[in-house]
Amino acid sequence: MLSVHVREKHFADRGGKRHVALRDLRLSAADGEFVCLVGPSGCGKSTLLNIIGGLDASADASVGLDAGAPAASVGFMFQEPRLMPWLTVMENVCLVCAERPEAAALAGQLLEAMELGEVVDAFPGTLSGGMQRRVALARAFVIEPRLLLMDEPFVSLDAPTAGRLRSMLITLWQRRRATVLFVTHDLREALALADRVCFLSSSPGRIVLEHRIELPRPRDPQSAEIGTMYEELLSRHPGLLAGLGGDAQDAA
Amino acid sequence: MSRPANASTATAGVLGSRGKGGASWRPGRDVLLRLASLVVFLLLWQLVAVVAQDPTVPMPAVVFERIGAEVASMALPHHLGVTLFRVAISFAAAMLIGAAIGIAMGRWPALDRFLDGWLVLGLNIPALVTIILCYIWFGLNDWAAILAVALNKIPTVVVTVREGARAIDPRLMEVARAYRLPPARKFLQVYLPQLYPYLFAAARAGLSLIWKIVLVVELLGRSEGIGFQLNVFFQFFDIAGILAYTLVFAAVVLLVEALVMRPMERRLNRWRQ
Repeated sequence: MLSVHVREKHFADRGGKRHVALRDLRLSAADGEFVCLVGPSGCGKSTLLNIIGGLDASADASVGLDAGAPAASVGFMFQEPRLMPWLTVMENVCLVCAERPEAAALAGQLLEAMELGEVVDAFPGTLSGGMQRRVALARAFVIEPRLLLMDEPFVSLDAPTAGRLRSMLITLWQRRRATVLFVTHDLREALALADRVCFLSSSPGRIVLEHRIELPRPRDPQSAEIGTMYEELLSRHPGLLAGLGGDAQDAA
Repeated sequence: MSRPANASTATAGVLGSRGKGGASWRPGRDVLLRLASLVVFLLLWQLVAVVAQDPTVPMPAVVFERIGAEVASMALPHHLGVTLFRVAISFAAAMLIGAAIGIAMGRWPALDRFLDGWLVLGLNIPALVTIILCYIWFGLNDWAAILAVALNKIPTVVVTVREGARAIDPRLMEVARAYRLPPARKFLQVYLPQLYPYLFAAARAGLSLIWKIVLVVELLGRSEGIGFQLNVFFQFFDIAGILAYTLVFAAVVLLVEALVMRPMERRLNRWRQ
């Protein structure tokens, strides 16, 4: 069970004055739940992930992941692959896990499952963007995370490549049952992936609407069901994606 | 400060066989060109000696004969060994201390501002002044000599490494933090590789500076080493001796560059295609 409460996070200086990015934001996720965070750009989605991932110590926030869970069991996938260019694919994946033979074996399995078996000894610079994301995905799963934080990880990929990565992610998640927080600005992507979608307001960001999805997986973002759900949400809450969400809050 | 990329291309080309221009490059031709350059050099030297007809311009054959004699008497190996030892110790000390200070200054702006004045001072003190002061304060001994050389080199290492430390990619450091990497692994596999180009630029420039300063240090206050020998030959106007020692010393420098520095750099840079 993940529970997050951000009382306030501000940036000291944006155009000379204090900018409050997040205020009084509460979020929780059950074990193994797949939660998508959707909001307009600049609403503090990435900031929120950084706080949860322990990359931002300056926020007034409390983050609770199971008492028993070791700190090392949080995986993080960024907007860019962020692989170490001087390490091979295999070394990049093994970089983040403990030096145990089981970990190396798991790294090999994950890379194999992601159709990267051929390139384990290649350097990231020689791989395509899609392949680099797959390596980053393997790196996130190799630590067998309790919690997986994903910050628009499939942005700027062409549609088929992104679709393939999404289905790989869902397969891995179904097998390993990590709790996932997935940030995106693409509502169709969120509806195709999540158990629950949380909508953030524009800054200071709060959660203004939650929407649960019961459709069976795998789901195609372009399918009729997702399309219907998309239209319905937007007609019921106009301005939702712009983060205005005044009426959405009432509905919630 | 020169960028490391420039520094490495500027010093390449002595013994290296880094292919440029793609299709026309063949290793056999490269070696041939280098040999031709050596032969032309020797011929020019011979020509100058023949034309000058002066005992202060000995012929190549005389100098090479002298090298043979100095090696046979073990004088040259002994002095060369002493000098190389001093070079190795002061180089290692300067790189370690300079890199540590450079990393710290790149990391903490307050420290950077605090030490910046000292750094400018260090960069601008003439090598001779450091050497004289070290000998006066610490006596005419090996440690004073090594300290003097290291002190001359440290500021330039600091400047180069500091620049690298400022250019560290925060996004990669975030990966290390997000995955809670242990400090040693974070430093060795995420941080330090980003500094390699800068460390190599510092090492290259450092070695070429240290070779030269060590000789001055030896000339001024030691009774062994290449610099000491050169001073003796100078007293006797023994030009063949000076050239013999100089040639061997230069050859050793080239060998270190070709057999140690360049293979190491190639290995660490193999991910850059």
